[in-house]
Amino acid sequence: MIPAPFTYHRPADIASALKILGEYGDDARVVAGGHSLIPMMKLRLTAIDHLIDLQGVESLRGIRVSGRDIRIGAMVTQAEILADRALAAAVPVLAEAALQIADPQVRNLGTIGGNVANGDPGNDLPALMQCLDATYEIEGPGGPRDVAARDFYDSAYVTARADDEILLAVRFTAPEGGAAYVKQKRKIGDYATAATAVALVKSGGKCASASIAMTNLADTPVWAQDAGAALVGTDCSPAAVKAAVAAMQEAISPVEDNRGPVDFKRHVAGRLLAEAIATAWSRA
Amino acid sequence: MNDHAPSRDERIAGLKGLGTSRRRVEDARFTQGKGNYVDDMKLPDMLFGDFVRSPYAHARVTAIDAEAAKALPGVVAVLTADDLRPLGLHWMPTLAGDKQMVLADGKVLFQGQEVAFVVATDRYAAADAVELVEVTYEELPVVTDPFKALAPDAPVLREDLQGQTEGAHGPRKHHNHIFTWEMGDEDGTEAAIADAEVVAEEMIYYHRTHPCPLETCGCVASMDKVNGKLTLWGTFQAPHAVRTVASLISGIAEHNIRVVSPDIGGGFGNKVGVYPGYICSIVASIVTGKPVKWIEDRMENLMSTAFARDYWMKGKIAATKDGKITALDCHVTADHGGFDACADPTKFPAGFFNICTGSYDIPIAHLSVDGVYTNKAPGGVAYRCSFRVTEAAYFIERMIEVLAIKLGIDAAELRAKNFIRKEQFPYHSALGWEYDSGDYHTAWDKALKAVGYDALRREQAERVAAFKRGETRKLLGIGLSFFTEIVGAGPVKNCDILGLGMFDSCEIRIHPTGSAIARLGTISQGQGHATTFAQILASEIGIPADDITVEEGDTDTAPYGLGTYGSRSTPVAGAATAMAGRKIRAKAQMIAAYLLEVHDDDVEFDVDRFVIKGAPERFKTMKEIAFASYNQAIPGLEPGLEAVSYYDPPNMTYPFGAYICVMEIDVDTGVWEIRQFYALDDCGTRINPMVIEGQVHGGATEGLAIAMGQELAYDEMGNVKTGTLMDFFLPTAVETPHYTTDHTETPSPHHPIGAKGVGESPNVGSVPAYSNAVQDAFRAFGHIHAHMPHDHARIWKIADGLGLHA
Ligand SMILES: Cc1cc2nc3c(=O)[nH]c(=O)nc-3n(C[C@H](O)[C@H](O)[C@H](O)COP(=O)(O)OP(=O)(O)OC[C@H]3O[C@@H](n4cnc5c(N)ncnc54)[C@H](O)[C@@H]3O)c2cc1C
Repeated sequence: MIPAPFTYHRPADIASALKILGEYGDDARVVAGGHSLIPMMKLRLTAIDHLIDLQGVESLRGIRVSGRDIRIGAMVTQAEILADRALAAAVPVLAEAALQIADPQVRNLGTIGGNVANGDPGNDLPALMQCLDATYEIEGPGGPRDVAARDFYDSAYVTARADDEILLAVRFTAPEGGAAYVKQKRKIGDYATAATAVALVKSGGKCASASIAMTNLADTPVWAQDAGAALVGTDCSPAAVKAAVAAMQEAISPVEDNRGPVDFKRHVAGRLLAEAIATAWSRA
Repeated sequence: MNDHAPSRDERIAGLKGLGTSRRRVEDARFTQGKGNYVDDMKLPDMLFGDFVRSPYAHARVTAIDAEAAKALPGVVAVLTADDLRPLGLHWMPTLAGDKQMVLADGKVLFQGQEVAFVVATDRYAAADAVELVEVTYEELPVVTDPFKALAPDAPVLREDLQGQTEGAHGPRKHHNHIFTWEMGDEDGTEAAIADAEVVAEEMIYYHRTHPCPLETCGCVASMDKVNGKLTLWGTFQAPHAVRTVASLISGIAEHNIRVVSPDIGGGFGNKVGVYPGYICSIVASIVTGKPVKWIEDRMENLMSTAFARDYWMKGKIAATKDGKITALDCHVTADHGGFDACADPTKFPAGFFNICTGSYDIPIAHLSVDGVYTNKAPGGVAYRCSFRVTEAAYFIERMIEVLAIKLGIDAAELRAKNFIRKEQFPYHSALGWEYDSGDYHTAWDKALKAVGYDALRREQAERVAAFKRGETRKLLGIGLSFFTEIVGAGPVKNCDILGLGMFDSCEIRIHPTGSAIARLGTISQGQGHATTFAQILASEIGIPADDITVEEGDTDTAPYGLGTYGSRSTPVAGAATAMAGRKIRAKAQMIAAYLLEVHDDDVEFDVDRFVIKGAPERFKTMKEIAFASYNQAIPGLEPGLEAVSYYDPPNMTYPFGAYICVMEIDVDTGVWEIRQFYALDDCGTRINPMVIEGQVHGGATEGLAIAMGQELAYDEMGNVKTGTLMDFFLPTAVETPHYTTDHTETPSPHHPIGAKGVGESPNVGSVPAYSNAVQDAFRAFGHIHAHMPHDHARIWKIADGLGLHA
């Protein structure tokens, strides 16, 4: 459990961080809370010659809530998300999801940026970000650019972010209506067996819009567009939920692992989605 | 006498002796992070060892190139089997009469096996050098299934044993077969089963798991070349046995070896055996002349040091139509991994598994166990239980449930109908044990009443009806368990480990001012010996527990003993403590009589003093007696007040208990929630109720882990699939239920204070309670048996198989 040797850098601003990243290319990697990266290094599954610690980069911190416009700096920890009252009031589902990540020790160090940039399908926040249609602010040698969370994930650990780019912040509009994040795990500190994020808007007793995304049921988070569409115009009755579940199950492609076989995961995903829809509907 | 002389009750209370919930004296240092564990040891010039381990479960090792590793700055040496061979240390004997490679000798037999030992000036250099050792492997076919291992054309795992038809425990039937162990009456049992009105049959698998102590295994070996003495600090549950074994295999005279177990962060059987890390550290220290530290990381601990269980138990239980059990047959296929390194008393290759008739009066029974080699790690230790007792308890408590289903009788009633009755004790079981004492019916009735058993069954029936009406997706399971432990190994006449009789010991020295130190041959790993053994002594010799230091674990100072596992400390060393105390008291009586100028027979012991019979106002306190023993010339008596006792128990002790678990189960997700957990323990005389409660909480939580998800799983290539705590289930406070503890008290008739031991009962008793709860939830739908661990996916599979997802 001892990582291979590496050189440690601690830049004070983005420009310096980008410079080091540019200089060492593939041999360098940024580290945020380290709670995904360091375990990989300790297991020697990943060897990195130059580790660039972002803890000194002040501009990556801070939560901004202006009305329904939310911007969260990449280095904001999961614990900070839970502690921010304005954020909790504007987007309660974010706290609901963050609270289900690991345990307090991990959340004290793990960041939102690391969680969404990591590209591990087991991370919880990417699906929520897709559900909320968030935008990732990224900066590289060519300057800043925006990427939609729904376009960000290509396959496990492969994302739209280039190796020489840094994620600056996550931006989204707080959802109207009701939302829910429901997760099943084997124990505290475990990643999801299956999890789902649902946001929907109720208008005149009918579902006006719905967005559904799933965690750890494919090699990326899955935004199940058809599943959301199946709810629109309905009153989220059992038949509508059944249709949404069926559409979701079309979109996911879970694999067997220690958490269980494929059939089990599909079934659990369906049950969780039904629960999440009911909860979101009751909150809408 | 002054006016404030304490009353007799106050004097008793002041001792904090037997029956007192005295606070644990160990906790002050543990809760402040001031414990002193092996990894806290720092010696000048200390070197660090680390292993190159096999990524393959079965492979030939054709070459090892350590040149690049040796060239790395800080690396002092790289040891391979070739370096150990001249010393005869490339293999070592196991506790089970087999031998085990210390470092890969031509081949590897399990993933994680030790291949080379790197020694460096710091831990980081050692870890880097491990990566640089180039080992050439030639993969061989892997067998992880013990049944496949016994196929005629199965690959030969132990080439070193090829052609050997006799093993340590009798004939070997096959090249991957280790032993057959048989007990009971085979023909009679077969006949009784053939004649029976009802027979239930089931294969019960108790999966492979691991004790997973919070502190992993490790040691510091320090060879002092000037005086020729080897000191070995380590995580040893049996320090004296380690000294003897180390002497026998290294050739270093036993008086030149000192073994010290400092604070140990949990053992649960994992720290009983001897591991390659110890041997390599000793050799490395001898070679370099410097102290060498070796500490496993978590993955190494799970992958390579002793596992537990892995028993395939095929049972047949016969009964009359109205539920009187008439016979029991059990055949076990025991997966021992690549080497037979089980930690059992030598004459018991399957431990005390023949306690598998449980708490029931079964007239005839037969048991046979086949030990088998596979490409998995060696071990087979008693994970918080006496040797193979938790397997036995799980087996019989599942068979009872299966029989109850077949008979259509309530499982609680079936148990009560077959319990050994109070008047049958001492009871001779069909498989050869003599149960010392018990009152099962009283305990069972108390337990059923406490949980409101009849109301629970009504609620369960209502729930099933509601489920069938589509009103709920949750079922209710009521898990019953009644267990009998067999602990306190054991009588030297039949219990030894490598020829070392399993007695234990206590040596007491009373200081002039009336305080004392007691040293024992056991070693606490969290059990709280320093607290409870002082309490035994306080009641025996009338010196307050707070004035007694208890010390264990240093072979240079402690009397010889076989260590702590199998709940043997209280039954054996606790008995030695009481007996040594009684020797102190006998001498104190003579001193008191001399001081009071009366005959020895005219004084009697009273709490903390000797009084003149009939004149209790004339007395000498133990404090006064202690002082006198050091400063008065008493005719016919040597000065001082010391005693030592080596106790060879006449029998085992048989703690028992009734555990009941009520569980809610979601049939769609497999998610479970424990609504109630009731644990009644009868461990005979209760020394410290608070410590007992703590032991029950801990053991029942380990039982929860095992039943509900904890396992060492292998894939077909022999890769360990659960090598980290992400996948290897250790419950947190969130998953752990609230425990309600209760007790009855049936003293052991042969133990000096009637105590039976309790540390392991909750693991033995709780596993069947949890498992039975899961299985009971599905009983109404035709479910009979499914294997543990009951993780979400496996629970879901039960429901799916019953068509509950349609
Ligand atoms: C025991 C345990 C349990 C866990 N359980 C869960 C769980 O249930 N759900 C869950 O979602 N997560 C879980 N995690 C992961 C945890 O949330 C991590 O903290 C998170 O995934 C990564 O955040 P980090 O700040 O620690 O990132 P790091 O580990 O520092 O980095 C992760 C990756 O992201 C990259 N990265 C980080 N920041 C940036 C940036 N600003 N720009 C570009 N790239 C960046 C790094 O280079 C690295 O590749 C668990 C972790 C542990 C140790």
